[in-house]
Amino acid sequence: MNIVVCVKQVPDTWAERTLRPEDSRLDRASVDGVINELDEYAIEEGLRLAEAHEGEVTILTMGPDKASESIRKALSMGADKAVHVIDDGLAGSDALQTSAVLAQVLGRIGFDLVILGAESTDARMGVMAAMLAERLGVPQVSLASKVEVDGTALRIHRQRDYGYDKVEASLPAVISVVEKINEPRYPSFKGIMAAKKKPVETVTLADTGLDAGQVGLAAAATEVVSFANRPPRQAGTVVKDEGDGGTKAAEFLAGQKFI
Amino acid sequence: MTVDRMLPSREAADLLDLTRQLAERELAPRVAEAEAVETFPAEVFKIIGAAGLLGLPYPESLGGGGQPYEVYLQVLEELAMRWAAVAVTVSVHSLSCFPLATFGTPEQQERWLPDLLGGGTLGAYSLSEPQAGSDAAALACQAERDAGGYVITGTKAWITGGGNADSYTLFARTAPGSQGVSCFLVPAGLPGLTFGQPERKMGLRAVPTTSAHYDGVRLPADRLIGAEGQGLRIAFSALDSGRLGIAAVATGLAQAALDYAVGYAKERRTFGQRIIDHEGLAFLLADMAAAAHAARATYLDAARRRDAGRPYSEQASVAKLVATDAAMKVTTDAVQVLGGYGYSQEFPVERYLREAKIMQIFEGTNQIQRLVISRHLAS
Ligand SMILES: Cc1cc2nc3c(=O)[nH]c(=O)nc-3n(C[C@H](O)[C@H](O)[C@H](O)COP(=O)(O)OP(=O)(O)OC[C@H]3O[C@@H](n4cnc5c(N)ncnc54)[C@H](O)[C@@H]3O)c2cc1C
Repeated sequence: MNIVVCVKQVPDTWAERTLRPEDSRLDRASVDGVINELDEYAIEEGLRLAEAHEGEVTILTMGPDKASESIRKALSMGADKAVHVIDDGLAGSDALQTSAVLAQVLGRIGFDLVILGAESTDARMGVMAAMLAERLGVPQVSLASKVEVDGTALRIHRQRDYGYDKVEASLPAVISVVEKINEPRYPSFKGIMAAKKKPVETVTLADTGLDAGQVGLAAAATEVVSFANRPPRQAGTVVKDEGDGGTKAAEFLAGQKFI
Repeated sequence: MTVDRMLPSREAADLLDLTRQLAERELAPRVAEAEAVETFPAEVFKIIGAAGLLGLPYPESLGGGGQPYEVYLQVLEELAMRWAAVAVTVSVHSLSCFPLATFGTPEQQERWLPDLLGGGTLGAYSLSEPQAGSDAAALACQAERDAGGYVITGTKAWITGGGNADSYTLFARTAPGSQGVSCFLVPAGLPGLTFGQPERKMGLRAVPTTSAHYDGVRLPADRLIGAEGQGLRIAFSALDSGRLGIAAVATGLAQAALDYAVGYAKERRTFGQRIIDHEGLAFLLADMAAAAHAARATYLDAARRRDAGRPYSEQASVAKLVATDAAMKVTTDAVQVLGGYGYSQEFPVERYLREAKIMQIFEGTNQIQRLVISRHLAS
């Protein structure tokens, strides 16, 4: 089975993140880059499926030079090879443009299954799986908390508030996964050493066959018009107990719609 | 704060990233509880063993990671920043592998090293006895030759990981005098080998320290490492490397205490300002930072000499002395920075202080380090 896992490098979720005033884009330079958290679950699921079905896992990333750190980490977890789409002309691309690029590459390298994390911790759009499936003309099975493959039959548990739905589709397909699906493994030092020898193909904008005018910030379909910093945290409300503390606390919670 | 490290290769940088991630996710959440209730974190050693952290400084041909000491020690330092007892145990494990990896025959190495270096088994180091600590040559545990090999009789003391380890690198007497000590690799579970109750310690409580009692324990001849009588030489050359491990662990402790104290000093306010803005306290923090930097620079210098194949015994003793004294000072001052809260077990700095004290004692007390250094000066 030929499995492709799409991986995005994002600024460390735990660090202070800011937008750049000049173009309203996320300031990626000042923060450490890490693999988007849900993508680690996608990689783990890909590795498990590959182990169970004698498959091969390819990592697909679009991003600047720095994103090669995330590629190396994914390879050190056990993925077999990687494709890195890297081109200055892609900077500032929005989700629609990114999906166009990734779909072009996926069409060329081929796949039985594409796995993505359900959303990224930076933009949090949660649309990439749907856009890719649409562009590739294959089923999208989203929010998987469990995945089973049997021949060309694909069965997943789709996470819902009330539990899960059982969803079936046939390969080739695109799936997105949620955190509940597995426990991502750590790389090992042996994996780190092995990753050095694994093939990483770099793909430029020209290689994708897309026109430079279609991608990048200037041609993006979405635009950040303005942004404001999150207001500083307010001091908490202190309820003084003068015999009616319980009632006041309950009123406060009701006012916040917690009860 | 993430320590900004100079590393010799990209794989070393990736290794340090992996170590930090493991330490943050697997060590940090467990340490306070495990140290309080004194439980051995077997699962933690499984995880770091699987990640390949138990064989880093040994050649890949023997199943190790082939990493220079410069890199291995910084891994230890990162582990120690979250859990000193775990880092010490990793260091002692590496120490226990040294005799086999350096003086063992190829057959012995093939038999036992892959498991030890690959994270499958944990090794301990057993040199000290109740009456022979600093004066290791005074050890009395007997290894008598008989037809099938050796019969071991006697008592060893202060074994880090005693009762939990899978093998014990044992030093015992095959003849009188300082040329009469030999080194053995003893597997756990032999008839006649028992361990005492864990010592009730000031710190490092999650990892037991026990005595071992050998009551006529029979050991096959192929468990002898190196030649008969070579034991003390083996023990001391292992300790040169082991001391670097302790220096790195002590540096990690100092760094953790510094980081905690700085964080606290930026939040806590007195007399209308943050305590870090009072010069009297800011300069205390500056001295703590200088001590942590000096400790790291000193052990890295010794490590780089070792990696380059230069003599490093004197520098290893200097590093152990400087780094462990730094850890003692920095952890004590971190308690001071937190005031009354520093003295409370609700905060980690009192534990750092208790953990720092042992660093000045084991693998050669700091008096013994001065002895080693002064002998180099006099020679
Ligand atoms: C938690 C813990 C873990 C340990 N783990 C291990 C282990 O895994 N394996 C192992 O083999 N051992 C281990 N040890 C033992 C440790 O290495 C010894 O305790 C240490 O070497 C000191 O020996 P001692 O306790 O017998 O002190 P002593 O040798 O009796 O020393 C007492 C004091 O006298 C000083 N002194 C001694 N001789 C001289 C001299 N010539 N000049 C000046 N001062 C001197 C010492 O510095 C010390 O201050 C451990 C100890 C502890 C507490």
